[in-house]
Amino acid sequence: MPDGCLKLRGSVRAVLGDHIDTDVIYPGRYLNITDREKTAEHLFELSYPEIRGCLAAGDFLVAGRNFGCGSSREQAAAALKFAGVGAVIAGSFARIFFRNAINLGLPVVIAPEARQACVVGDVLTIDLAAGEIRNLSQNLVISAAALDMRCVELLAAGGLIPYLKRKQAA
Amino acid sequence: MGMTLAEKILARASGQTRVAPDQVVVARVDLAMSHENADLVRKSFAEIGARRVWDPTRIVIIFDHRIPAESERTAATHKAIREFVAAQGISNFYDIGRGGICHQVLPENGHVRPGMLVVGTDSHTTTHGAFGAFAVGIGATEMAGVWTDGSLWFKVPHSLRIEVQGQLAQWVSAKDLILYIIGRLGTDGADYRAVEFDGPVIRGLSVASRMVLTNLAMEMGAKVAFTPVDELLLDYLRPLAPQKIHMIAPDRDASYERTVTIDAGREVREPQIACPHAVDNVRPLSEVGDVAIDQALLGSCTNGRLEDLEIAARVVVGRTVCERTRLLVIPASQQIYREALELGYLETLVAAGAIINPPGCGPCVGIHQGILAAGETCISSTNRNFVGRMGSKDSRVYLASPAVVAASAGKDRASGHCG
Repeated sequence: MPDGCLKLRGSVRAVLGDHIDTDVIYPGRYLNITDREKTAEHLFELSYPEIRGCLAAGDFLVAGRNFGCGSSREQAAAALKFAGVGAVIAGSFARIFFRNAINLGLPVVIAPEARQACVVGDVLTIDLAAGEIRNLSQNLVISAAALDMRCVELLAAGGLIPYLKRKQAA
Repeated sequence: MGMTLAEKILARASGQTRVAPDQVVVARVDLAMSHENADLVRKSFAEIGARRVWDPTRIVIIFDHRIPAESERTAATHKAIREFVAAQGISNFYDIGRGGICHQVLPENGHVRPGMLVVGTDSHTTTHGAFGAFAVGIGATEMAGVWTDGSLWFKVPHSLRIEVQGQLAQWVSAKDLILYIIGRLGTDGADYRAVEFDGPVIRGLSVASRMVLTNLAMEMGAKVAFTPVDELLLDYLRPLAPQKIHMIAPDRDASYERTVTIDAGREVREPQIACPHAVDNVRPLSEVGDVAIDQALLGSCTNGRLEDLEIAARVVVGRTVCERTRLLVIPASQQIYREALELGYLETLVAAGAIINPPGCGPCVGIHQGILAAGETCISSTNRNFVGRMGSKDSRVYLASPAVVAASAGKDRASGHCG
C-alpha cells in the first residue's frame, strides 16, 4: 500500500464469528510454505474454503471477537493479504495476529459493532487513521478504534519490510 | 505507585526508570528464539537488505516442528537455515538430535534468566515467564527487524494477577488448574495482558509444572505470563547459568487491572478436560461423558517433561494400551528422553504398547507423525484443540493432563481411573 492509501473502499465478502483461530485461517500442515504469495492457496482451507474462491481484490472480511487467536504463524496474515483481502474488521484481535497483519501491510480495524452492522455485499469505506467505517449500503457510521500512529506509519509504508528497507538505506 | 513484573522488565529494557500500561516503548531484546520459521525470518531479513545479524550470541535457533524432515521441502528449509546459521556465526543452534522442543531446550541450556526480555517466533514463548523473563511471541517479519538491530516496540501491557490458594487434590495437576482457569476466563480472558500467577499452590509447584501455566496462559490471550522467582527456581537455574542471577519480584504496591483468586481445593476437585474445539470449552472429567479414544498423545511444550512421563509410566505400569487405541509419547527434549530412558519410564511406556516419537512438536501442530483421520478422536496433553489442529477437520481433540491421557490409553475411553 503506497503512502496516502489509509482510506479504503471495498465490499464485505464474509461475516465470520468469534475466535477465528490461525489454524482455521491457515492450517498448520502448510507451515513449511515460506513463499508468502503461495500461502493464499490455503486460506481458510479446512473450514471456509468457499471464501477464497469469491474474494475480489480489496474485499473486506468482518468478524467477531479475538480474530487470529492461537499460533504466531505469519502465514495466516500473509494468506489473507495475498488472497486479496483489503482489510479485516473485527471486534477484537489476538495480539500476535494483529502485529503480523500490520507488519505485512494488511490493514486491521477494531470495531466491536461491525459484525452486527454489516452483511455480505455491503460497500464500506474505512479511514484507518481516523478510525471510522462508513457502511454506504446501509447508510451507517460504524465506530472503530483509531490505529496507533506507529501502526499507521507501518501501513503507510506498506509493512515492516519496506519500512525497514527505507531506514536501512537512509 | 510500584511496578508489576512486566512493567519492571520493560522499563529496564527500554532504559527508563518507570513505565505505565498502554505506554509504547522501544526495548532492547536480550534473546531472540526461532525454530524452523527462521527460514521465513531469514527471507525477510534479506528483503530488508540487512547483511549481518545484530548479535549472533543473542539468537537461538532450534529445530522442533518437523524433525526429522518429513518432506523434501522441509529438508531444504532445514538445510537453508543451517547454512544461514553457519554464515552468521550463530553458535546457539540446536539441530536434530541435539535439542528438542524450543520451549524446553531454551531453559534446559541456561539461555533464560529472570528479568530478561525474550522474543520468540512461536506463540508459546510465554512459557519462559516461568523463569521470570518477559517472554513474548512475535511474527517472523518482526523477528527479522529484531535481527537487524536488536530492538522492538512494545505496548506496556496491563497486568492481571491470578492468586491460587488452597491445595491441589489428588490427580489434579498444573494442567488441570490452568485448564480450569482458561475455562473460567475464556480464550480472550487475558488478551494483551501480562499474567502473574502467585499464591501458595503456585509456589508449591515444580518448575516443570509452572511452565505448564505460563505455556497455556497464551491460550487465554496473554502477552506474557509469570510465576514467582523464588528459591526453588534459583536452585533450578544455578547449575545452568554461569552468570549472576538477579531476583525479580513485583512491587508490593504494583497496580493490577484485576486480581482473580482461585481456591484450588474447592474449585478444581478433579481433572479438567478442554473439549473440542476450543481451549476454554472446559469441563470436569466426570462431566465429559463416554468418549471413545483412537489416539492418546503425551508430549509437547506443555506436557512432555520428565514429571509428565513419570506419572504416565506410573499410570500404565503393568497394563497395556487398549487394542483400539494408540499411545504416542514425545519427550520434550533429547535430555528428557535420556533421563526417561535411564529412569525406566520409557521402558514401562513401551512395554505397555506406547510408541516413542522424536523430541519435537509433531502431531500437536498437525504436521508430523500422528495425524488424525476424519472421525478420529485424540486425548492429548498438548495445548490446542482447534478444528483440524491435529489433522482432519472432522477429527476431535480433547486436552487433558498426562495422567488422564495415560489412563485413557489404557481404557480406550477418556478416563481418570489412574490408580
